Amino acid sequence: MVLLRATFVRELGALQTDTLMLGSMVIQALKESVEALRRRDLHTARRLIQEDEIINKKRYEIEAECLRLIATQQPMAGDLRLIAAVLEISTELERIGDYAKGIGRIIILVGPEPLIKPLVDIPRMCEIATEMLQQALDAFLAQDLEAARTIPLRDDEVDALYNQVHRDLIAMIIEDLTLIDRANYMLWAAHNLERAADRVTNICERIIFTITGEFIEFDMN
Amino acid sequence: MSIAIERPLRTEEGPNAASQNGMNRYAIEVGAMNVFYGDFCAVRDVSMQAPTNKITAIIGPSGCGKSTVLRCFNRMNDLISSVRIEGKVLFQGQNIYDVSVDPVEVRRRIGMVFQKPNPFPKTIYENVAWGTRINGFKGDMDELVERALRAAALWDEVKDKLQQSALGLSGGQQQRLCIARAIAVEPEIILMDEPASALDPIATLRIEDLMKELSEQYTIIVVTHNMQQAARVSDYTAFFNVDDNRTGYLIEFDDTEKIFTNPSQKSTEDYITGRFG
Repeated sequence: MVLLRATFVRELGALQTDTLMLGSMVIQALKESVEALRRRDLHTARRLIQEDEIINKKRYEIEAECLRLIATQQPMAGDLRLIAAVLEISTELERIGDYAKGIGRIIILVGPEPLIKPLVDIPRMCEIATEMLQQALDAFLAQDLEAARTIPLRDDEVDALYNQVHRDLIAMIIEDLTLIDRANYMLWAAHNLERAADRVTNICERIIFTITGEFIEFDMN
Repeated sequence: MSIAIERPLRTEEGPNAASQNGMNRYAIEVGAMNVFYGDFCAVRDVSMQAPTNKITAIIGPSGCGKSTVLRCFNRMNDLISSVRIEGKVLFQGQNIYDVSVDPVEVRRRIGMVFQKPNPFPKTIYENVAWGTRINGFKGDMDELVERALRAAALWDEVKDKLQQSALGLSGGQQQRLCIARAIAVEPEIILMDEPASALDPIATLRIEDLMKELSEQYTIIVVTHNMQQAARVSDYTAFFNVDDNRTGYLIEFDDTEKIFTNPSQKSTEDYITGRFG
């Protein structure tokens, strides 16, 4: 049996590689944003806001390549599902990139003032969310159905941490109303990370669709 | 046989300028070409450039002059007495219709593969060897035959039956044999007129893969009524249409990606989206 359409097969491989590259950029941005928040590093915050443009550009490049392949290569079955999934996954990744940019903006709003409490749960949320994303990217590359089904289970850990942060901050506000703004900034940062993990779950749903052709939705409750 | 076409190294600036490695950027440059069958104007005012070592597809509805245009690129229309051609068809910077140009030499350097596989009723070996033999080739013929058959992705399937008749091969194999036969005389351009329309889908994809491989070494210009094939295989696409006088004309020439995702002309969009044609 001769392998046909070698060029198309190569182009699909390159599309997957580009998606992984976008994912790596997003993971890096998210990690840097939380580290910059810990250090109140305004310089890095400004850079992250600026570099979000690079992530957006990469996402548009991937979208254009998907459209080109659909228009010129008439993809069918698994090839078609892969391209459809890449369109969705690249959008999810770009939005996770926006969360990193959002944390950059929060850093600028907070300014060089000390944080109202030491950062413990937020870095942990970031750690889990970026681990989940890395695992999802690995599952996407390997087309690993089992991994795609189990990765979203960790979203519960992120949600629990978010609820913890939420409770702590509300308690602080009740004690001292002047902390409202600064507590709110922390809550936004935590919310961004909670949403990032949700989007990893969406990515896993798309990986499952690529492999099985079935649309499933994880019920996080 | 006289070789009338020199291989000039072009140095001037502009679209005709040679690239840095001395290769012309365009294998074929057509300027204001009109084609007549007697008094009837079949194709009018065609200007286009086919980039070197790329695949250019010509698409368009029936009767738009696709094949007529392709056949102008190696003077195949000379064989039809009523045909008259105006304008320029430059190959290596020289108009192939100049009186000093030998049409046989043009056809050696600009080969052609037709819609229906047309192997000679000879052995597989002789089909490939024949063209070079009549051109006076004195080298190692076995080596040349093997090289051409390998380049046409046919060697593994026929190496044990080179002395059998070419007519015993399948349609797809016969077409690849015709491509091997075209390659054997070492052309610079291969013209293909609906090369896969008589083949089944798998044989079609094999021809398309082969075209991609060959384009690293040769310029390919392919006429196809199969839009999807043009989209899959080509780097550039020329879209022709036909006017109320049944005269064909070039609507749009661009990157294939552009033509199939965002063409400049509405009639191109109408055609590729299946709104007319």
